[in-house]
Amino acid sequence: MTTQASTKQPDVLVIGGGNAALCAALMAAEAGATVLMLEAAPREWRGGNSGHTRNLRCMHEAPQDVLVEAYPEEEYWQDLLKVTGGITNEKLARLVIRASSTCRDWMRKHGVHFQPPLSGALHVARTNAFFMGGGKALVNAYYRSAEKHGVQIRYNAPVDKLDIQDGRFVAAYVGEERITAKTCVLAAGGFESNREWLREAWGQNERGEWPADNFLIRGTQFNQGVLLKHMLAHGADRIGDPTQAHMVAIDARAPLYDGGICTRIDCVSLGVVVNRDGQRFYDEGEDFWPKRYAIWGRLVAQQPGQIGYSIIDAKAIGRFMPPVFPGVQANTLPELAHKLGLPVDTFMQTLNNYNHACRTGTFDHTRLDDCHTEGVSPAKTHWARPIDTGPFYGYALRPGITFTYLGLKTDETAAVRFNDVPSDNLFVAGEMMSGNVLGKGYTAGVGMSIGTAFGRIAGTQAAKAALTIKEATHANA
Amino acid sequence: MQTLDALTSDARALANGEVVMSAPETEVARQLQICNACRYCEGFCAMFPAMTRRLEFGKADIHYLANLCHNCGACLHACQYAPPHEFAVNVPQAMAQVRGQTYADYAWPPALGALYKRNGLTLSLALAAGLSLFLLLALQMNGTLWSGQLAGNFYNVFPHNLLVSLFAPVFLFAALALALGVRRFWRDITPATSGTALTPPAAGEATHDVLRLKYLDGGHGEGCNNEDDAFTLSRRRAHHLTFYGFMLCFAATSLATVYHYVFGWAAPYDLPSLPKILGAVGGVSLLLGTAGLFKLNMQRHPMHGDAAQKPMDLGFMALLFFTSLSGLALWAGRGSVALPALLAIHLGVVMALFATLPYGKFAHGIFRTAALLRFAVEKRQPNPIGVGSE
Repeated sequence: MTTQASTKQPDVLVIGGGNAALCAALMAAEAGATVLMLEAAPREWRGGNSGHTRNLRCMHEAPQDVLVEAYPEEEYWQDLLKVTGGITNEKLARLVIRASSTCRDWMRKHGVHFQPPLSGALHVARTNAFFMGGGKALVNAYYRSAEKHGVQIRYNAPVDKLDIQDGRFVAAYVGEERITAKTCVLAAGGFESNREWLREAWGQNERGEWPADNFLIRGTQFNQGVLLKHMLAHGADRIGDPTQAHMVAIDARAPLYDGGICTRIDCVSLGVVVNRDGQRFYDEGEDFWPKRYAIWGRLVAQQPGQIGYSIIDAKAIGRFMPPVFPGVQANTLPELAHKLGLPVDTFMQTLNNYNHACRTGTFDHTRLDDCHTEGVSPAKTHWARPIDTGPFYGYALRPGITFTYLGLKTDETAAVRFNDVPSDNLFVAGEMMSGNVLGKGYTAGVGMSIGTAFGRIAGTQAAKAALTIKEATHANA
Repeated sequence: MQTLDALTSDARALANGEVVMSAPETEVARQLQICNACRYCEGFCAMFPAMTRRLEFGKADIHYLANLCHNCGACLHACQYAPPHEFAVNVPQAMAQVRGQTYADYAWPPALGALYKRNGLTLSLALAAGLSLFLLLALQMNGTLWSGQLAGNFYNVFPHNLLVSLFAPVFLFAALALALGVRRFWRDITPATSGTALTPPAAGEATHDVLRLKYLDGGHGEGCNNEDDAFTLSRRRAHHLTFYGFMLCFAATSLATVYHYVFGWAAPYDLPSLPKILGAVGGVSLLLGTAGLFKLNMQRHPMHGDAAQKPMDLGFMALLFFTSLSGLALWAGRGSVALPALLAIHLGVVMALFATLPYGKFAHGIFRTAALLRFAVEKRQPNPIGVGSE
């Protein structure tokens, strides 16, 4: 394997240190290019949001090792179409879907292990392949493999600007240090960690609030969007709406950054959710939770104070993944309202109306059952049972942002485009271009499918372009 | 350090007959609350699947889970909440601290549980005492440690009956102490692990998992972690060499006992007799295994396990190493003038090993086997928590 001196210009510069960046670096190195990777974070925080992931949404025509039954291309595409409301690029989406069916052997080769789905996640056994140990184990495996393949890795190396001439990458700057390379892959994440930018993007609402001030960031603090902003300001073609993101409702007590998976609250469909005023605002039983969890972040973001309260009773205990922080517990509903700081009268009116409206049939959380409400608005269309058995529990919810969709427009070669002309040596992968596929909404595991597919394409293209330049230079010499 | 408030509340809880959790137990409960909400590590070992069968972690659950943990390190390196994350999750370390407490708490007689606390000192004193005993005894009985007059026969140095009268009580006491300790542990964790009795299939599976050291394979077969996030099978292999080496030596001794009492064939036995073959192979295996484990332990990632237990771990490896080394040296030097000295040294080391078996690292095998047996029972019962089916 090649080990290159740090002073020598690499063929391919990869900016970023998460899944997409690693896939790009590994593919480029496998293609024979020398690679330098610049990770903004220190080593102990490396890997960006990939360290918090746990699975890959995979197309498959028949059962495949850890994946049961089949998840054909068309079904995957329809799922994506549904969650994005059609705001997607079909060509690129299908490219991601097809790539997801063939990438796992390559991932295994680089040390990633898969396992059957975890307890509490059996509903995605058909569609998602789980990383053994989760995303950080995957990131560790890729870094080990990258080192073995001679990829030079620098930590604490945030890139704040690029030198681009006529749509071609020339150099990147880490502070004052200028780093040149023949080609470059941008895989430095979205801007979800940048609270100022989120504030600006979400603006002020009709109540005079700045909603984004109450958002929590589920992942890394290092995705500040510095490079993304720089690229957009310097004429790279953009894609996506800055307020669109993978957003879920998480425990309000979660840390500002890196709360990850364990802060999610999975009992929404087993009870009701009220806002700060003690009123319900959305059908909690609209569909299976895995199909709905990704809309609740925005729903809560639209409520006054950007806060919601998931309320359950003793019947729900043991039926959902245990939350990381204990719920607020009370023996009566008024006591619970009081403890949660909710207006007791309105809260009780909401709960009484809901309880009276429940038409309980045969409760079955594993299917869209016939327990529903009649005569309340909003209705609860499934799993509606009166909240009447103490002790009662309440969990405060905040919008938790996973990653943003505003990014750089690209095509099937992963090239960055300027005025609709693809650059011949600058490529993009991961969150920085996920908006090409995800205009809005989310479905579990698709972020890693996009990152893996485009990371690999970007790495291949960057190596190809670099080696072409190398040959041309040799021929001229 | 516990604050005055914590001490006061503990005292009140004790007075009310509530269960008081120790600081390491409380820390395990805190971490498992986080792990149970994440569950990314479920594929690595038995501990995590066992955790998912619980929503709360009481004292018995924690002791059971801590002894299921093999300190392989996989979950630490894979953990998104490991330090420097503010959640500071380090399951192998938290579990190791509780295990240390388990061994001491369940020691029999209870007063001797304190020997775990300063295990390095315990082992050194036991070794010194064992060596002194046999060296002095040899001098007293033969007047010399250096003699060519003994015709290569151990029993010319120490009569057989004397050795039996010294070793049998110590060995039997060790076996009894370990049995009583693990019996109490078993009784405490059984209600917390479904309460169901052990069945032959469960016993078979647990035995298999113990003998193969299944949970040092990483769940994927590439092994566990040692100095970093890379997987290695070297720990598992070194442990196999140690364990099976020890068992072969034990088999050699047991067989020799049978030879002596049943067939009246007196030691020493030489190649190609079965006790000698077992002892020789076992001894070499033990030498290699403990040397390997010692080296790996010195290279271990500093965040693995409980640093306070390093002297216990290393002391036990050293004692096993010297047991084997002195045994092999005795074989090699049997016909020489050094026979009395070599024999006294070997017997002294073996005596120290036996005497400290119930109060040292050896206990990990006993308690972990008990935990794995309960795991094999528990996993055959329906999961009391319905999360998995939804």
